[in-house]
Formats: sequence, structure tokens, C-alpha cells
Amino acid sequence: MEISELTKKIIEELLKEGRRFDGRKLNELREVKIETDISKNAEGSAKVKIGDTEVVVGVKLNVGEPYPDSQDAGTMMVAAELSPLASENFESGPPQIEAIELARLVDRAIRESEYIDFKKLCVRKGELVWNVFIDIYPMNVDGNLIDASTLAAVIALSRAVFPVLEDDKVKYGELTTKKLPLNNAPITITSYKINNSFILDPTTAEEESSSCRISVALTSQKEIKIHALQKSGYDALTEEEIDEVVSLAVNEHKKLYNMCSQFFKK
Amino acid sequence: MTKSTYKRPDGREYDETRKVEAEVGIIKNADGSAMFSFGGSKAIAAVYGPRQLHPQHMQDPEQCVLRCIYDMLPFSVPERKRPGPARRSVEISYMTKKALEPVLHLKSFPNTVIDVYIMILQADASTRCAGINAASMALANAGLSMNELVTSVSTGKIGDAIVVDLCKEEEDYKIKKDGIEIKAATDIPLAFLSRSGKISLIQLDGNIKPEELKEAIALGKKAAEKITQVQIQALKKVNED
Repeated sequence: MEISELTKKIIEELLKEGRRFDGRKLNELREVKIETDISKNAEGSAKVKIGDTEVVVGVKLNVGEPYPDSQDAGTMMVAAELSPLASENFESGPPQIEAIELARLVDRAIRESEYIDFKKLCVRKGELVWNVFIDIYPMNVDGNLIDASTLAAVIALSRAVFPVLEDDKVKYGELTTKKLPLNNAPITITSYKINNSFILDPTTAEEESSSCRISVALTSQKEIKIHALQKSGYDALTEEEIDEVVSLAVNEHKKLYNMCSQFFKK
Repeated sequence: MTKSTYKRPDGREYDETRKVEAEVGIIKNADGSAMFSFGGSKAIAAVYGPRQLHPQHMQDPEQCVLRCIYDMLPFSVPERKRPGPARRSVEISYMTKKALEPVLHLKSFPNTVIDVYIMILQADASTRCAGINAASMALANAGLSMNELVTSVSTGKIGDAIVVDLCKEEEDYKIKKDGIEIKAATDIPLAFLSRSGKISLIQLDGNIKPEELKEAIALGKKAAEKITQVQIQALKKVNED
């Protein structure tokens, strides 16, 4: 369902005064709730709630042959499904572009930040490596799906342990105590542009009022590094605006990181 | 009751279900929603509608169309399941629709559709039963007029015992005969209408005598009566909050 022109107008007018529909500041996030180990057959799982947006992510591990161009590294696959269970805006059927873009954004944040140490997922060079499957399922959607999904994926990975490997076969249901080899966790912060303002953590109504969005995935141990960027939406941005959203991500990601830092302890 | 030597893997009595949990109103965007679990089998259901059905040629001028989609999360099972429907889930979706249809007043809403989406979060057998129970509660939570609730439970014959609410280990139960392992599990998913006691879902696969089937159905009906109370309590609770 599209939001009405009237709602859009009110959102825009409030923003001119620096206000939002639900009383938040422009850079203020809604309450974040995290649950882990929500599905016992997954090697790692988590549920993240940001406001009314709720995403579950499960991690499954398997072994297989490595890719020809990286004989000594494990592999990762990220998939997302926007099930009509979560919103009347979603339809059944094969993944649409929105689901594919979401999965790829989460994939790049994890891959490019080298959150998973793929070299340590090698069992025997050229023969056998671990494959990491990350499945993203929104359960209820009220905006900011990219940031919520990335966070849920990162936390699910932090909870994952290896299953028992015997004669090169995984014995499902039997887990070791060995955790996945992980580095510094990436955080994705997406800014949405409405008129000339940028806001964080939008609701669906705010998202639909926005002309464009940029996602910034970064890590911040020792120094800040940006690992993935993506602009979407119909508007174009100036260089100054790009600067602004990068600064927003740099300044605000810590809040999200600190909220879940307990999961990132090594 | 049949005398039997079979011991259940989790120490349950033959007529005892696993721990049953139910919660209503878990998905805010949906018109109705619920969670239902039998031990390690956990299902959530969302109901959208009655709403307009597009494309128009799918509309039924006589009554509302009920659509059900059952699916399992890829990580709900030990070995990752590829996302998307398979023959198994398509058939279960259809059986679920048939199990729910008798209690709904579909003639009241011609040309519309009610969509029921069921997702299995965690699987340990009897997932279709958990899904039907969640869906039945979600339909009630959506405020749809219903004659009665639908309560589903599996029964079966494991070894020589008639039991209720099979777990995965029981579903896969084998015995050795002349040195070869043979399947010794009969799985019977059932759904009962809560007032009339009628059966809206019955499937069976395995190997069972007619008198044993009768016993299994009676056992399922007793268990379903208790489960219905859990569903009703969960529905009442959401209205109080």
C-alpha cells in the first residue's frame, strides 16, 4: 500500500522544522531488541527488532569443493526472501530485485569487511572447504530493512559454531564448541533523503516519502574503514551530500555497535 | 489401550504431547497472526484479508477465495533447505487450506481473498500440525467469523505403540528384522474442528491395522481437546492486553 500524498506532505513539513512523525530526532534510532539462538537447527541464528521491523537470520554450514580461483578459502552465500507474511507490499514468487539487492548489500558488508576469515574455513586446500549460508527473513517490516538485516546477519554469525565433521561429511545436529573465525563486525547505516534532510532508521511511511537512500557499511576498530556503499532511489546527490551521509554513518554507527558489542567479543 | 514395550525417546507417555506453546498477535502488519509450537517444532502464521483479489479472473463471485502457503525457513531443518516451494510444501499448503476451509464463512465475502502464510521457524516433525494450529488462531485473531477453531495434532504407530504428537526421532523409527532395518513408524496428521469434533485433515503413511487407526484417531481427538484450550487461552490473552 502506498502512503497518501497527505501523509507525505506532513512528513516533509515536519522535517523542515527538524521534527519527525514519531517525535524522534533526525538521526535517532528506534529501540533495538536482539534475541539469539532462535532456531535450534541453525548453527547460528538471531532475531533483530528495530521499532516494528523484525528480521530473523539463520546460518547453516556445509562442506564442499572450493572455487577454482580460491582453492584455500571457504565460501559464503547470502539469500533474502521478502515473504508476504511480513508485509502486504510483498508478493509470493521468486525473489524480486528488492530481495536480491538486500541480500547483496548484506553480502558485501560481510565479505568486504573480511568479517569472516575465509582462509580459516579451508579444510584441505583445493579439495574441501566450509560453505557458509546466511538466510535473511523479515517477519514484520516497518522500514530500515537493510540495517536491521545486516545487524541480524552479523549477530547470527557471531553465535555460529561448527557442526561435527566426520569422513568429510557434516553430522547435523552434533555441534562442536568451535566458533566461526571472525574479525571486526561491520555495521551498515542507511541514510534516507527527504527534501533536503537526511534521516536514519525510517519507518515505511518515511521510506516511501524519500527520494533516495545511501547505505554505508563500515568497521571502526582502530580506524574507520568503509567497505560498501550503495545509492538507490530516483534522486541524485551532490558531493557535499555524499560527505554528509558518510559523516552520519561514521558518527552514528557506534550507537548500534555498542548496543550489541557483547556479541562481538572475541 | 494396546500393551506395548515401546519407550518414547523423550520419556513421554503415549497420550502426552510435547510442550505446547501459543501466542497471538506477533506480526503487526498482518490482520491476524499467531505462533504455535509442539516442542522443537515452531510455526508462525499471518493472515491478510479479506482483501481484493487480483487478477480479477481469479475472483469467485460466490465466495471468498482462501489461499494458504506453507513454507519452511532454509535453516529450520538439519540440512539447509533451498528457499522456495517444493512439491512437499505445495501439497501441505493445499492440505492446510482444506483443513481450515470448513470453519470459515467464505460466502460472506464474494470476490475477495484471504491469504494465510505459514512459516516453519524450527522443525522437529508435526510441522504441518503446528502450522494449522497457528493459522487457525491467526484467522480468529483477524476477527473473521468462524464456527469453531481448528486443532491439529499428529498421531501414529511407533513400533507396536499408538502414540500422539510424533517427534522427528519417532517419525524415523526403525526396527531390525532378520538383520535388516525396516521402517516401523506410521504417521497420521489429523485436524479436528473444536466443537463438532469433525475431522478436516487426515493423512497417513505407514502400516497400520484398521482397529489401530481407530485407536489413533481417538487418542488424537483427546489430545486436540487439550490443545484447543491452549489456543483459546492465547486468543483471550491478546484481547486482554
